[in-house]
Amino acid sequence: MIEASFRGRLGSFDLDVGFAVPGRGITALFGPSGCGKTTVLRAVAGLMRLPGGQLCVNGAQWQAGRRFVPPHRRAIGYVFQEASLFPHLSVEANLRFGLRRARCAPRIGMDDVVALLGIAPLFDRPAEMLSGGERQRVAIGRALLSQPDLLLMDEPLSALDRFSKDDILPYLERLHAALSIPVLYVSHDIAEVERLADTLVLMQAGRVRAAGPIADLLADPALPLIHLPEPAAVIDGKVIASDPQYGLCDVNVPGGVVVVPGDLGPPGTRCRLRIPASDVSLGRHVPLDTTILNALPARIEGAETTRDHQMTVRLRLGADGEGAALLARVSRKSWDRLGLHQGEQVVARLKAVALAESGPPSGPVPDPAENRRG
Amino acid sequence: MAEGALLDAAMIETIMLTLKLATVTTVVLLLVGTPLAWWLARSRGLWKDVVATVVALPIVLPPTVLGFYLLIAMGPDSPLTALLGRKLSFTFEGLVVGSVVYSLPFVVNPIRNAFEAMGPRPMEVAATLRASPLDAFFTVALPLALPGLFTGAILGFAHTVGEFGVVLMIGGGIPGVTKVLSVTIFDYVETLQWAKAHILAGGMLAMSFVVILAMMLAERRLKKARR
Repeated sequence: MIEASFRGRLGSFDLDVGFAVPGRGITALFGPSGCGKTTVLRAVAGLMRLPGGQLCVNGAQWQAGRRFVPPHRRAIGYVFQEASLFPHLSVEANLRFGLRRARCAPRIGMDDVVALLGIAPLFDRPAEMLSGGERQRVAIGRALLSQPDLLLMDEPLSALDRFSKDDILPYLERLHAALSIPVLYVSHDIAEVERLADTLVLMQAGRVRAAGPIADLLADPALPLIHLPEPAAVIDGKVIASDPQYGLCDVNVPGGVVVVPGDLGPPGTRCRLRIPASDVSLGRHVPLDTTILNALPARIEGAETTRDHQMTVRLRLGADGEGAALLARVSRKSWDRLGLHQGEQVVARLKAVALAESGPPSGPVPDPAENRRG
Repeated sequence: MAEGALLDAAMIETIMLTLKLATVTTVVLLLVGTPLAWWLARSRGLWKDVVATVVALPIVLPPTVLGFYLLIAMGPDSPLTALLGRKLSFTFEGLVVGSVVYSLPFVVNPIRNAFEAMGPRPMEVAATLRASPLDAFFTVALPLALPGLFTGAILGFAHTVGEFGVVLMIGGGIPGVTKVLSVTIFDYVETLQWAKAHILAGGMLAMSFVVILAMMLAERRLKKARR
């Protein structure tokens, strides 16, 4: 459990945040630029002292009342927006900097980090000779080797170009799968958050607007996420069967089974699906003559009218309507013509199901466009 | 050797004394100036500006003014003398103290600039990697500020070799104790020994040129190595 509450002055507004999130998985601090995300992260690291703050990480009290543990005594790893490698040290010496000073027996060894992040070829190069993406990978490795109990990442991808981002994201996902270290991840990019986060802390002008599992918050009608230009649902599932002949996989999700293109790994592999609302249409019956593979029973939880005469329909998968949250964008005309209403049982047809997470980074990174198929 | 004919024993003595003074002063300057530069680079508030001004005073003060006050501070009746049990004026140690004060801004400023150019980030990174502030200072801040330390050391050394007014005021010209190059040259000129003055003055001119040129080249290489 990570429990934090901080108060302070922040430019033109007051910062007043409090949240309690699970002490495992990736928690995204998400919000527009300047809303105080980085300040919160720096306060968690102890790089900034906000008097009266409280912070408890998996039982360790790092700040409370007068108590303030200085940053070098906190078991954190911090990945800054710019990689900030030490320019006077080689890649290897950068990696060993934190490892040498770790206060516990190493759980994460050099070999693990090198394999996880693919940084073996960079070892003898001076830090200044690396590309942006390579540098950030080394910085992540350096943070991990300091044996943190909590990894803090401050928009680690935002200083990178599209190409380097795609280079790094699979490593972050692999990290997520391989290590049990909780991560606080600051981002203002919803695509990154949808791909990585388990828990979301939604921030706005120095306050916490909402905190909870990402799937719930993405589909919450009271929150602004559903009103984004391209709302989407994320659903975590598990591979139950693969069909190499057609290059498809069956993925079990709460409330149904979804057919997903691509080889996602052997049965039991966890994966995250991202289903944009605009790729979901609604009907009363299971279509018989259609190229669409995925038609799943679902129940309408509610619907919001958007500005452009469209409806964003909130659904829950499953005949009982107890499964994963899903969003569908339909025209208001279709909504009225079909006479749909809240609580009604419908069939959700998924035009496209994309993996939110790409496969393991050992192979070529799959292009998300290739994963789309009806 | 040709130099044996060029330099007599008194000249060699004064050269060695000058080099000794400059070396000791430079070491002391680095030991005192580096923490001072760090503090000036990192702290805020009025105190920082007051101290920075005091450190910069020798740049604008006439050396005689500085030497005058130092002479009083080190003289037989001063509290400092009472504290130490002996007077520092007209001693080698007194010269070291005077030279340190006189050359302080030339050492502190480049080091401070180097620390400031580094920004707060490297120390933050070091802290998040479990390095204590002292550890981070030695393993991160100092190596990153190395070009500034280098410049400061060279400037401090050269400036000490070149000082005249302060040395004359607090040291006079006791051969082998306080009679440094600049004072010796002054003596030669006063006593019309032009040839000897030429040799020492020319030597200092050449040395200064070489030192400054070498410093600029070395600094460029150091900076290049960091890119």
